[in-house]
Amino acid sequence: MTGATMDKPHLTRAHARELLHQMQRIRSFEEKCAELYTQEKIRGFLHLYIGQEAVAVGVMQALEPRDGIVATYREHGHALARGLDMGRVMAEMYGKQEGSSRGRGGSMHIFDAAGRFYGGNAIVGGGLPIAVGLGLAERMRASGAVCVAFFGEGAAAEGEFHESLNLAALWRLPVLFVCENNLYAMGTALRLSESEPEIWRKAASYRIAAEAVNGMDVVAVEAAARRAVHSLREGEGPFFIECRTYRFRAHSMFDAQLYRQKAEVEEWKKRCPIRMFGDWAIAAGLLHPDEIEAIGHEVEAEVAAAVRFAEAGTWEPVADLRRDVMTPGEAS
Amino acid sequence: MPIEILMPALSPTMTEGKLAKWNVKKGDAISAGMVLAEIETDKATMEVEAVDEGVLGEILVPAGTENVAVNTPIALLLEEGEDASAARSPKPGRTAGAAPPAAARPQGAAPAPAAPAAGAPAESEVPPGTAMRTMTVREALRDAMAEEMRRDPSVFLMGEEVAEYQGAYKVSQGLLDEFGASRVIDTPITEQGFAGLGVGAAFGGLRPIVEFMTMNFAMQAIDQIINSAAKTLYMSGGQMGCPIVFRGPNGAAARVAAQHSQCYASWYAHCPGLKVVAPYSAADAKGLLKAAIRDPNPVIFLENEILYGRSFEVPEIDDFVLPIGKARIARPGRDVTIVAFSIMVGHALAAAEELAKEGIEAEVIDLRSLRPLDLDTIVASVQRTNRLVSVEEGWPACGIGSEIAALMMEHAFDHLDAPVLRVTGKDVPMPYAANLEKLALPQVADVVAAAKTVCYRA
Repeated sequence: MTGATMDKPHLTRAHARELLHQMQRIRSFEEKCAELYTQEKIRGFLHLYIGQEAVAVGVMQALEPRDGIVATYREHGHALARGLDMGRVMAEMYGKQEGSSRGRGGSMHIFDAAGRFYGGNAIVGGGLPIAVGLGLAERMRASGAVCVAFFGEGAAAEGEFHESLNLAALWRLPVLFVCENNLYAMGTALRLSESEPEIWRKAASYRIAAEAVNGMDVVAVEAAARRAVHSLREGEGPFFIECRTYRFRAHSMFDAQLYRQKAEVEEWKKRCPIRMFGDWAIAAGLLHPDEIEAIGHEVEAEVAAAVRFAEAGTWEPVADLRRDVMTPGEAS
Repeated sequence: MPIEILMPALSPTMTEGKLAKWNVKKGDAISAGMVLAEIETDKATMEVEAVDEGVLGEILVPAGTENVAVNTPIALLLEEGEDASAARSPKPGRTAGAAPPAAARPQGAAPAPAAPAAGAPAESEVPPGTAMRTMTVREALRDAMAEEMRRDPSVFLMGEEVAEYQGAYKVSQGLLDEFGASRVIDTPITEQGFAGLGVGAAFGGLRPIVEFMTMNFAMQAIDQIINSAAKTLYMSGGQMGCPIVFRGPNGAAARVAAQHSQCYASWYAHCPGLKVVAPYSAADAKGLLKAAIRDPNPVIFLENEILYGRSFEVPEIDDFVLPIGKARIARPGRDVTIVAFSIMVGHALAAAEELAKEGIEAEVIDLRSLRPLDLDTIVASVQRTNRLVSVEEGWPACGIGSEIAALMMEHAFDHLDAPVLRVTGKDVPMPYAANLEKLALPQVADVVAAAKTVCYRA
């Protein structure tokens, strides 16, 4: 593979700091969201990403601004890691018109045209063919850009998953499929829903280059994503990464978690991607404990500012209820 | 005419086999289900059963012949009174035995075009003196796509059998040759997949035309059409529009039963974020499809298989584009308004002819667009006629007629001299039997009767 060396993660001090900083931003933002939910500032569904931060942060390292992203209803982390302003994301959680979707979408429908962030698709599996279509558009325009679909292992039970993999492989489209296997599709364990629980094997059966990585290790995810994106840009067809990860919190705010043992959750928490990476970075001499503390303060301040921004935000005027149902004008 | 009995396939992968034994001989009377012969491959043996009845006219492949290709005629079956000399021009063969019939999907090319039907473009939309050309709806749709693909390189067509097969109903005939495989894209039978791909491609800046072999199969994809294409602009606060056309034949074809005969007009017309178009004439098909392709919103373009082969006058105008959302008065009248769309416009016009013989002048409105619906044109007509009948192929509950009746209560109540009447398809899945199918679909006589009822002339 040409240029393989430069496609590996380059773990400088700055890069280590960046990885930890991005993961901590997601963690702190979501912990604040959970708190605001109990205060009824945020309503509806709220699906927290806590525990899975290494996946979004690791994959984003391999992407360029020209690349497209489609995510799921658990997409706060992807949006923040993509570079969406935390204040606008928080304002969206509040339903304010300063939000990233003017308050129309909420937690599950974060969009950002400038960041080529195409949702926030809250139908399981629904984002996959859209990502493949974005890949088709890139290929037809010969843009060199790629597209990434993030989805959970639950999507593998949907027909769309298989239709999308087949079409992407058949037409060799530049699509990176990132399966975040957190072992539970809502409350149904993987072993209860899939005859082949190794999801990457399904992709391999479509002749897609596929591998499984430790989704709690941000460097492992970044390394896999860089390999994958390099392969996509070389025109080698789609790529599939199964990230083995775990959701520390409930599926949503209405979940008593009767389907899994507390001990299992505690066991996985020992593999917390933020703590693991932080400890390693200190041991490797890449980060000083003071720096990690400083990151914590910096993130706290950013979250506080985001909350202030959302609080100060305004409600969309009722007169605008019908705005943006249709794009005005025809026959352009 | 004799019927060819063909070598059946023993399995989906079998290409040839041995004709092991004949159980019948020339001159034997054959009844359906009778075992005619035995065939064998290296893996299995199988009996060849008769599908039709008659007399065995000729054995074409003797027993013991090896390597007989699947679909080779192996015998001729004569109908009563035929002799074997008629065997020179046999009917297209029917595979005997266990081999399944060809896929239920394409119905092949439609009947030859009939003479031009009434359905002239509205005068205001075509300048006086414009030259007209007779063409089928099929040709008009193809020309619309071809013109838009020439005009805008971001337009492309995707769907089942659109390229190599030249369209399951031959609507995309010739497009592959002109635009190549990168813009006329054959897909597998994967409706949800390619509908979603179209949405993604539209988000990514292209203008896809997604063809469904029939709109029945779009039910596999309706999540992508509604949840992704129709809602994303709103959900994203106006950031991401979806310029895409989903098109294909809608409504009843002929004798294809319940799963292939349904009108989806009211399903899509129900949903904010979509435009829904259902033309009748070739001119409207062309002008509205061009508009749909240029529209920045998702457009559901409902065609009709039976109309594909009908001919109409189409204006010879460079770039003939019609606005979406305007109805057309297909026939002016003063006594009763009949609204219809797609193939039912033909029924409405035929009913108007009948009514005229009895001195009732019906005004026929071709809705053309169901979302947006041209309420102004309907209300203005009802203000003149004071009576309204709606006609549609779809089921009655929550139909287009239901919507129009409600709108008349809201916007024309004081002008109505009789309750609005709906003529619809019957509230049953489409039956296969010809007599029942006819009963299930609105007939011209039903429209005539409804119009007379609202005129108190029944």
